[in-house]
Amino acid sequence: MQLRNPEAAEDAVQEALLAALAGEANFEGRSNLRTWLTGILKHKIVDTIRRQSREQPAPEFDVQGEAAEVDAPFDRRGHWDEAPDAWEQPEGALGQKQFLAALEACLRALPERTARVFMMREHLGLETSEICKELAITSTHCWVMLHRARMALRLCLEKNWFGK
Amino acid sequence: MLLSCKETTRLLSQGEDRKLAFGERVALRVHLAICNGCRNVNAQFKFLRSAVKILSLDGDDEKSPPQPR
Repeated sequence: MQLRNPEAAEDAVQEALLAALAGEANFEGRSNLRTWLTGILKHKIVDTIRRQSREQPAPEFDVQGEAAEVDAPFDRRGHWDEAPDAWEQPEGALGQKQFLAALEACLRALPERTARVFMMREHLGLETSEICKELAITSTHCWVMLHRARMALRLCLEKNWFGK
Repeated sequence: MLLSCKETTRLLSQGEDRKLAFGERVALRVHLAICNGCRNVNAQFKFLRSAVKILSLDGDDEKSPPQPR
């Protein structure tokens, strides 16, 4: 999801799995398998992004083009057309498999670059400065994309989960 | 400085990613004090962070961790 093309993503996952299998002997119950695999993937993904940005220049970011989506819930003066309601019991949703599936579907619906920046920030916990450096974009671009991602995700979850 | 709701969501989002300047924090507080919608969005942004953190990359949340032998 965070990589530009599917082949590169497959490669990153395969490399992570190979590294996981090779390292299995050292593993033995030291940590949760998933935590461990996530840690490896994190490094593999960053490696791959680093390699890609060396091989090809980062694409132009179309800040204007996608801005309309972020503007949609507001009137011309920048006030809510319809003020967002509070979500009921959001913490309760975290334990539900269907909710996590809905969240994943919403993430997949984001433009690829936006999803990548968002996951680097919120799932991997990288600082904006690290993300900018890896992807060769400015902080301003980063913040614009993160804002866009959060607005799109809150809308998507509201429609598909909390609006029920 | 009075913020619009759109401007407020932008600053709320950036507040998750960088330290806001003093003036920005004051403007946000003033706006949040009078705007329910933006307060709700603030809570939702924070919720999104905790939700995305617990997603697993292999997409299987039911698997129990391997038992030490």
